[in-house]
Amino acid sequence: MLTMKTKKTDFSDIDWSAFPDAAGHFDIHGGCFAAETLMGAIGDLQRAYTTLKNNANFQAEFDEDLKYYVGRPSPLYHAKRWTEAVGGAQIYLKREDLNHTGAHKINNTIGQALLAKYMGKSRIIAETGAGQHGVASATIAARMGMECVVYMGEVDIARQSPNVYRMKLLGAEVRSVSSGSKTLKDALNEAMRDWVTNVDDTFYIIGTVAGPHPYPMLVRDFQTIIGREARQQSLEQTGRLPDALVACVGGGSNAIGLFHPFLADADVAMYGVEAAGEGLETGKHAAPLCKGTPGVLHGNRTYLMDDDDGQIIETHSVSAGLDYPGVGPEHSWLKDIGRANYVAITDDEALTAFHDAMRYEGIIPALESSHALAYGVKLAAKMQADQQIIVNLSGRGDKDINTIAALEGITL
Amino acid sequence: MSRLALRFATLKEQNKAALIPYITAGDPVPTFTVDMMHHMVKNGADIIELGVPFSDPAADGPTIQLAMERALAHKVSLTDVLAMVSTFRQQDNETPIVLMGYLNPIEKMGYLAFAKAAAVAGVDGVLTVDLPPEEASALALILQQHQLDRIFLAAPTSTLPRLKKIAELSSGFLYYVSLKGITGANILNVAEVEQKLKAIRGMTDLPIGVGFGIKDASTAATVGGIADAVVVGSVLVKHFETYEHDKDTAHIQQVVGEVLLAMRQTMDEV
Repeated sequence: MLTMKTKKTDFSDIDWSAFPDAAGHFDIHGGCFAAETLMGAIGDLQRAYTTLKNNANFQAEFDEDLKYYVGRPSPLYHAKRWTEAVGGAQIYLKREDLNHTGAHKINNTIGQALLAKYMGKSRIIAETGAGQHGVASATIAARMGMECVVYMGEVDIARQSPNVYRMKLLGAEVRSVSSGSKTLKDALNEAMRDWVTNVDDTFYIIGTVAGPHPYPMLVRDFQTIIGREARQQSLEQTGRLPDALVACVGGGSNAIGLFHPFLADADVAMYGVEAAGEGLETGKHAAPLCKGTPGVLHGNRTYLMDDDDGQIIETHSVSAGLDYPGVGPEHSWLKDIGRANYVAITDDEALTAFHDAMRYEGIIPALESSHALAYGVKLAAKMQADQQIIVNLSGRGDKDINTIAALEGITL
Repeated sequence: MSRLALRFATLKEQNKAALIPYITAGDPVPTFTVDMMHHMVKNGADIIELGVPFSDPAADGPTIQLAMERALAHKVSLTDVLAMVSTFRQQDNETPIVLMGYLNPIEKMGYLAFAKAAAVAGVDGVLTVDLPPEEASALALILQQHQLDRIFLAAPTSTLPRLKKIAELSSGFLYYVSLKGITGANILNVAEVEQKLKAIRGMTDLPIGVGFGIKDASTAATVGGIADAVVVGSVLVKHFETYEHDKDTAHIQQVVGEVLLAMRQTMDEV
């Protein structure tokens, strides 16, 4: 069997920039497990990204879009009333919800759409769960005048109808996926099928830090703007680094974006928050890092939720964006070496945090981000008032109000 | 000599291309598969490609996806598939069997445990769709140690250096995917295929099978004229869909047998 080469250490001997390796491995995790029919396109992407990531024009265009189109930097906000109510560590929120389109997803779609442009592709495809990545992809496609097709599971289309309509208004075609569990993983399968069929003119914008190499690396690179800003803002606003970072993990792009620039800061603890759904003990959850084992799905080796026969099992979460049986391979590696901690929050706990964010801070958090908030509050309560944590408020929750109302028996 | 090598050698002497039908193990019900395999041999199959059900077959089109869903409704596992091969071998010790599937069930069983069990069951070759050469060395070595052939895909988009790598790792035969896309997609372009096969033949003496997009007997015959083997899947598997309405496996067996036989006869006429 595969054994890890990197061991748990004090991390001072790890060169974080050496991961992934040239073939996309984070030790045993990651890699490029794709059908030969896709390897040509993946190879083109690897070569293009290797060149463009050090291309000054490309980077300048990316930075300019983040500033003038997304509205970055997003604030690091001191949630004083909530902190007081909790009575522990100072809670800071990284306000990715204030980005254009309302979530961190746009950072990545701008980066990948620029890649598409530099590679001469005219058509964009994307998969989406909660619809945030779909909206972000449709947005950037509209702005760049590209055709856009978004694959979305039938179940997710039903529970995220506002985002479906937003995508359509933006000119994207939303294709309903009715195979398998009809959620995010099936949308991803369908997007891969489209890509393999239309490789010549199509760029596949994957929405999270998963998939075959180089996706986990390039999505991470585009999302690290979150952590780079947060690190600088923490120093400027508080004179020091935070004691802990907290972010929700579905595929894990907002979490890796926040964590990565802090990896070498050994005193900064990291908590990735998975969806415990109805409870980890019920089996009805979406927590591969907490409860899964390593396997291969969607192009990479990583922790997965599968059964004894290696079949992927259905996940459960109130939050469509966390309802995924895999996770980005870098998180799997950070878990194995012990650099980040992975925990889980139930649907009920997330809903409580959703309401608390609104009542204490006047902020509507996405259900995904509400998982991070719920754990952040738990963690802060165990800490001292002179300590501080940053919770990534990865997206806004306007899209979720229909779900919340339905759960509470309210007809809008 | 392995069953695959022997079969290809025999066919070469007869100046024939191999006909390789694909079915998904356990589709539409687990009890049907072994009978169907024997029936396909009777109707002209030289080698059988047996699909191992997987919940997320991202490289397959809707026909094969549905086949896998039907099999998984009966919880058909990799262990069950190997048991089917064992049963088949009680009556047929000549027809080579290639397992085609995705990596995760093999990862779950463990490479070594899988290779041992597959060799004991009478499997001849293994094609793992989502395992490109770059990631394949560990599994390929273990398969080789258990005398199991390593079948890899080559695609229209595979560059020459990639084709070389694929040819080096392959044994038994090399599987050329004749079009861009998923299983069951468009009709292939014969001239394009012929050109690519020429390039591949410059790198390997292995027999080359061509699959994806072969939908009728005349295309099978044309491809059989330029390749060493013709792989047909979706065109057969779509006939399994009627089971949902009539629960009639005998009908499936008859229709699929007829389609195969027509292909065999047309291929042999050329």
